[in-house]
Amino acid sequence: MNRLLSAVMPAKACPERRRRAGIQGLALALALGAGVAPATVPDDSLYQLAMPLTDQAGKPAALDLARGSPVLVTMFYGSCPHVCPMLVSTMQRFERELPEASRGRLRVLMVSLDPERDTPAKLAEVAARHGVDLRRWTLARAGPKDARRLAAALNIQYRQLPDGEFNHSTVITLLDAQGRIQKQTSSLLRLDPEFAAVLKAATRR
Amino acid sequence: MHAVMPAKAGIHVLALALSLAALPAAAGTDYRRIEGATFQSVLPEALDSKNVTIGRYQLASTPVTNAEFLAFVRAHPQWQRGRAAKLFVDEGYLRHWGGPAGLGSAVPQAPVVQVSWFAADAYCAAQGARLPTWHEWEWVAAADERVTDARQDPVWRQRILGWYAETGTALPRVGRGPANVHGVQDLHGLVWEWVEDFGAMMVSGDNREQGSDPDLMKFCGAGAMTMEQKENYAVMMRIAMLSSLKAAYTTANLGFRCAKDLP
Repeated sequence: MNRLLSAVMPAKACPERRRRAGIQGLALALALGAGVAPATVPDDSLYQLAMPLTDQAGKPAALDLARGSPVLVTMFYGSCPHVCPMLVSTMQRFERELPEASRGRLRVLMVSLDPERDTPAKLAEVAARHGVDLRRWTLARAGPKDARRLAAALNIQYRQLPDGEFNHSTVITLLDAQGRIQKQTSSLLRLDPEFAAVLKAATRR
Repeated sequence: MHAVMPAKAGIHVLALALSLAALPAAAGTDYRRIEGATFQSVLPEALDSKNVTIGRYQLASTPVTNAEFLAFVRAHPQWQRGRAAKLFVDEGYLRHWGGPAGLGSAVPQAPVVQVSWFAADAYCAAQGARLPTWHEWEWVAAADERVTDARQDPVWRQRILGWYAETGTALPRVGRGPANVHGVQDLHGLVWEWVEDFGAMMVSGDNREQGSDPDLMKFCGAGAMTMEQKENYAVMMRIAMLSSLKAAYTTANLGFRCAKDLP
């Protein structure tokens, strides 16, 4: 039932979410000291996708868990041997390039393409292996249908192979505080300078 | 019209309930049972194997119509034109209809087009169904009226290529094309169709492009797939079209049909 609802109900039509968004919006307004809290999720925001996640601690989370902050979001799978570790290290390198205050404002969300095998324990293991800062990073899994929807919204291509591995495109997306896509990059070995510049501007106060 | 005589109303309701229960699905959608199969796909799953195996499932015999999609947007107003979020639909969404909840001059029994992948996905989910995968679609679409795999038949290919060459004709109603051996119609000759994994084609004309560019490293995993059976233009064109799409895109000749799992 829940999955069905989330499939046919964009976030703005769901009263429970709106109430929660209101509270978050209020918190955001307080955090900013002034300013007008955004009442609804923008039309083109990724947060229109109302999908439940489970994080690396096994706790329920929401796709907009970092709403109010700029977020790097990507999709991966835990047992990926080569490129996914590079994906993590690329995001860590983007982080390291930021001034400390800016880095503190950035959140990172990695959502699994492989909800069956990427249990919270597996996600926690990946996080530990790469030494990511779990105060700002979240590794999570979504339901299988929701993983496909999120990938569609992020223009990430993936397919599960007969041996259980995945082929997927690596795309790192920068979302603004309201979940709108600011910039995307597929470059891993060489840090995309344009992306780094947009990230720097987005995390500056 | 069932309750003319109050005394018999109960029986009528029972009869109606029984007749509804006997139908394959609500609103006249006819799902056909498709047996599992192993076949040579134009999109092999791995570089070392050409065969693809699909499990048994059910596929709607015809694409979703304007009338069916209208019932959906009336029940789920957040999917009406003008209300659906930009993340999910582009500006062309249902633009051929008279209004947000009315067909205007659009033919009720014609296949619905100008729908995004997100809208198609939501429609199927609301029916307790899902979009078929590319391989599920490809297998059923390989059949003709006599055999399950007609792809090597020049007549089969020519028929499809002939359709691709047609231009600018108004879409007729669904269900006019011949039923193939699975009892499924209109896979070719009417509209192109979304599949669940349209964004997973990962097509490159040359597999040396994949994995060899150290600056790109775009694909993770066992190496991206390359297309086999390059002489099969009819199917290649489908993939070329699908892989050029984004999930919010809508076009005038792209519709969809739903599938269901079988226990």
